Formats: sequence, structure tokens, C-alpha cells
Amino acid sequence: MSASATPLAVEYVRILPELVLSIFGMAVMVLDPLIDERRNQRTLGNIALLGSLAAIIATLYQSQYPGPGFWNMVNVDAFSVFFHFLVTTVTAIVILTSYDYMEVQQIRAGEYYGLILFGAVGMCLMSSAVELVLIFIALEISSISTYILAGFRRRAAISSEASLKYFLLGSFATAFFLYGVALMFGATGSTSISVISQVLRSGQIPVLAYAGIALMFVGLGFKVAAAPFHIWTPDVYEGAPSPVVGFMSTAPKAAVFAVLLRIMFEANAPGRLWLIWVTAALSMTLGNIGALVQDNVKRLLAYSSIAHAGYLLVAFAALPSGGIPAAMFYTASYAAMNVGAFAVVSHFASAGERYVTLEDYSGLGRRSPLLAATLTIFLLSLIGIPITGGFFAKFYVFSAALQANLVGLVIIGVLNSAIGAYYYLRIIVMMYMREPREEAPVPAAPIGLRAALTLTVFATIYLGILPGGVLEYASRSAAELMRQ
Amino acid sequence: MVPLSYYLVLSGILFACGVLGFLIKRNIITIFMSIELMLNGVNLSFVAFAAQWHALSGQVFVFFVMVVAAAESAVGLAIIIAVYRTRQTLNVDQINLLKL
Repeated sequence: MSASATPLAVEYVRILPELVLSIFGMAVMVLDPLIDERRNQRTLGNIALLGSLAAIIATLYQSQYPGPGFWNMVNVDAFSVFFHFLVTTVTAIVILTSYDYMEVQQIRAGEYYGLILFGAVGMCLMSSAVELVLIFIALEISSISTYILAGFRRRAAISSEASLKYFLLGSFATAFFLYGVALMFGATGSTSISVISQVLRSGQIPVLAYAGIALMFVGLGFKVAAAPFHIWTPDVYEGAPSPVVGFMSTAPKAAVFAVLLRIMFEANAPGRLWLIWVTAALSMTLGNIGALVQDNVKRLLAYSSIAHAGYLLVAFAALPSGGIPAAMFYTASYAAMNVGAFAVVSHFASAGERYVTLEDYSGLGRRSPLLAATLTIFLLSLIGIPITGGFFAKFYVFSAALQANLVGLVIIGVLNSAIGAYYYLRIIVMMYMREPREEAPVPAAPIGLRAALTLTVFATIYLGILPGGVLEYASRSAAELMRQ
Repeated sequence: MVPLSYYLVLSGILFACGVLGFLIKRNIITIFMSIELMLNGVNLSFVAFAAQWHALSGQVFVFFVMVVAAAESAVGLAIIIAVYRTRQTLNVDQINLLKL
């Protein structure tokens, strides 16, 4: 630890995005009662949007000042900047999609936008934290915010029920994570990832470390909805407000994957191969099979997100040089397509989230051609069709796994992708080949949603046509991560 | 001096009691208390390991765990109240609108 008692100015730059997000989050909550009730939703949304854009700029600024900060609590490197950028961008897109949703569902905006920004603070901190204490606190900042957000339609019984389930199972998982941290601390005498890494690489691995890793993995596996810790996912995704689901199925997941990457690869976790192998295979299979029988689109996408967590975990079983960039690329492309898909779902659900079953989607292609077309792009990307981001994401993950001789796991993955195509295509068939139902009119897309959809479609197609830039950046940051 | 293993066994037992309570109890408040019990088991092992390694960071960790647990309870109780208002029950078996 450094001896100086006060942090340097540059160390504040290393947590600048978090500072910016916190300040805007507090501003939203303070201004909420001061602004006229009728106009405040849009105004507060604008402030929150401004905050997330400022955080994106802060991230870009921060990338020029890499290095450790606050007594080796945080470390800004290309890796953390990547996830900061991802989280803040997803936050901005979710805020854009929420404008209209807030008004339709009559939700008070102040706390909502505040919690989204505070949640983003936790997720940003998670991706730059290199100390288990800070990782734990950041994880809780993000989790507690999402527990509340899940129950935001609090007069709807299913929303509060979703929130309760998420909260109970989430705290249960946190306790496992903490027990893992305690055992890891017992095994190595430190909670700093770099010290733990030194101890684990120095030969003799204490038995406690194996138990510690396994328990930490249980806790984090829950947060990314990997089987067998996925039970909560369909329920919570069904009950929570749709923009919130778009948020919590991408940003916190990306951040937790960043933590997992640091723990699994940087700390060279012992016994990770089999742990990951089993979880990845289970998640892919259970996720896809579960999705086959769903008739609620939100539940279907929940199972699909379990399956995608499985594909992503395949990269964790691979070698660091191939696995880390593949996992990073996957989180980015998954974030783009999933936020986009949920943006469409939340717009289409309309007041009280009435239209969320597959039946409701029949004939959407004729009733609202543009919206149906965008949803189709996201679904094709989720299948992994070429010229969408989903294709290269799967391609890189599976080729990284092949380099590590994980043929069995790759076969399971490819078979699962084939199963997955069925239920995504079912939605597309519904939209284009069934007669439209009269009673479900689709309101025109408001400007915020249009901007959000344009961005996500662009990102999905961009990652599918020119994946080179992002992948190269990811490889560079992976090399940096492993050098430390 | 009490050996380290005693503390670890006790903390393991506390944690296991919490897990058991979480799985078999039907009242939300009791389930919630079971989670607190798990956290206290974790805290005990942190303190024991901190004494073994002569490292303060373990004890500091306990403070953070307590603070976060307090924040979590605040939110948890609020969620429980919201559920009670819509459902008039605190039995988890009756909170089953979403099929599991």
C-alpha cells in the first residue's frame, strides 16, 4: 500500500465516471420534488440522460490516465475502460427507452432514474475494482438498486413478487459469495486480487482456496443467471418492468462477467476448468430447453439469457489469450441485441404490460413494419446469423474453446445454438405469417425509443460486419490484464 | 487460546443453519433472518482469519458486511411491505403468481 495519506488528483480521475453518475443520480432525486409534477418525468429523464452521456465522456477521458488508485482499490486499464463504456452506454440507451414507458405506466420518475444511475455506479466500480472488499460493495450497490427497480410497478402484484424473489435469492447468493471471499482470505491472507494471484501462482494451493473459488462462483453465477443458479431468472424477468429487464439482463451481467474474468483469469483460480465446464453446459442446455415451451415473450427472453450466459461461460474455460477477448466481445454484442429486443418488447407491452404473450405478436409485421423489422434483426442476432454481432460473438467463443481442446463443450454449444434458432424463429413467424389481431394497436414509436433502437441496431450490425476493431481492443486489454 | 478450527466449525454451522432456514422456512421474515444468520457466520470466519493472519483487513471487511447488510434489510423490508400490501400474506407458498 502506498504511504501517502491523501489521494492524488489523478486518482479521482480514475473514478470519474462513478463520481459523475453519483452526482447526477443525487441531482435527479433532489430535483424530483422541486419540479412540477406534470412536467417532471421528461425533465428528470433528460437530466439522467445527460448524466449517462457525461459518464461516457468521463470514461473516454479516463482512458488516458490508466493506473491504480485509492491504495490499490481500483485499477483503470483498457479492460475496465471497455466495461465502463459498455455499462454507461447501456444506461443511456435504457434511459432513452424509459421516457415513454414511465408515462404509459404512470411510474414516478425521480427514484427510477436515480436508481438506474446508482446501479450503474456499482457496475462501473465492479469492472475497475481489484480488491474483493470493493468488488463486494460495488456488487451490492448494483444489486440493491436492481432489487428495487424490479418492483417498480409496485401496485402490480407480479412486479412486487418479482422484486421479492430477486431480493431473497439475490441476498442468499451474496452470502455464498461472501463466504467464498472469507475462505479465500483465510487461504491467502489478503483480499487483493494481485496478492491472491501471487499466492496461488507460487505453487502449493491451499484446499481452502478451492472451496473459496467454488463459493464465490456460486454467488457470481447467480448474478449472471447461469444454471444451476438460474431459477429466479424467468420469474423476475416476467414480473419486472420491461426497460428494467433490458437493463438488468445486460449491464450488471457485463459487470459481473468482468469480475469473473478478473477472478478466474487474473487470479488464476484453481479448479476453474471443471467448474466452468459443467455450468456452461448446464446453462446452455437448460436455458434453450426451457425457452422452447414458453409463450410469454419476456419469459422466453429470460431463458434465452440463461442460454447466452452459458455460451459466454464457454469462453471462461478457454485459454486466457483467446477466452478473455471472446468473452468481452460477447458481452458487448449481447448487450446491444438484448437491450434492443427489450426496448421493442417494452414499447409493445403498453399500459399495464398487457401484450407480452407470443399470440399478441401475431401480425406485428403488418401492424408496425419498422418495429417488427428491428425486433427481427435482434432475434436473428440472438440466433447468431452472419452479419449480426451475435454471429461473431459465438464464433470467437467457440474458436477460443477449440484452441483449448474443449471439443465436447463446443459440440454441446453448437447443438444448443440449433435448438435456440427454433424459438427465436417462432417469434419471427408469429410476426410475419399470422393474421394481425385487431385489439392490440401499436402506438407510434416516440423519439427516445427511435434513438435507442437506431443505436442498438447500428451496434448489432456494426459488430457483425466490422468486428475487428472491438476484438483487437479486447485482445490488447486481455494481454494487459494477464501481464499484471 | 482457542484454536482457529473451532471458530471455523462454528461459523460453518451458523452458515449451514442459515441455508437450512432459508430452504425450509415458509415465512418471508424468517427467511430473511436466515440470510442474516448466514452473513453472521461469514463475519465470524472473517474475524477468525484476521486473527490468524494478524491482518486488519479481515476485520474491516466485517464492518462493510454489516453496513451492507443494514442497507439490504432496509430495502428488503420495504419490498416485503409492498408484497404484503398487494397480497395480504407473508407465506412464500402463497406468493406464486409467477410460475416457478
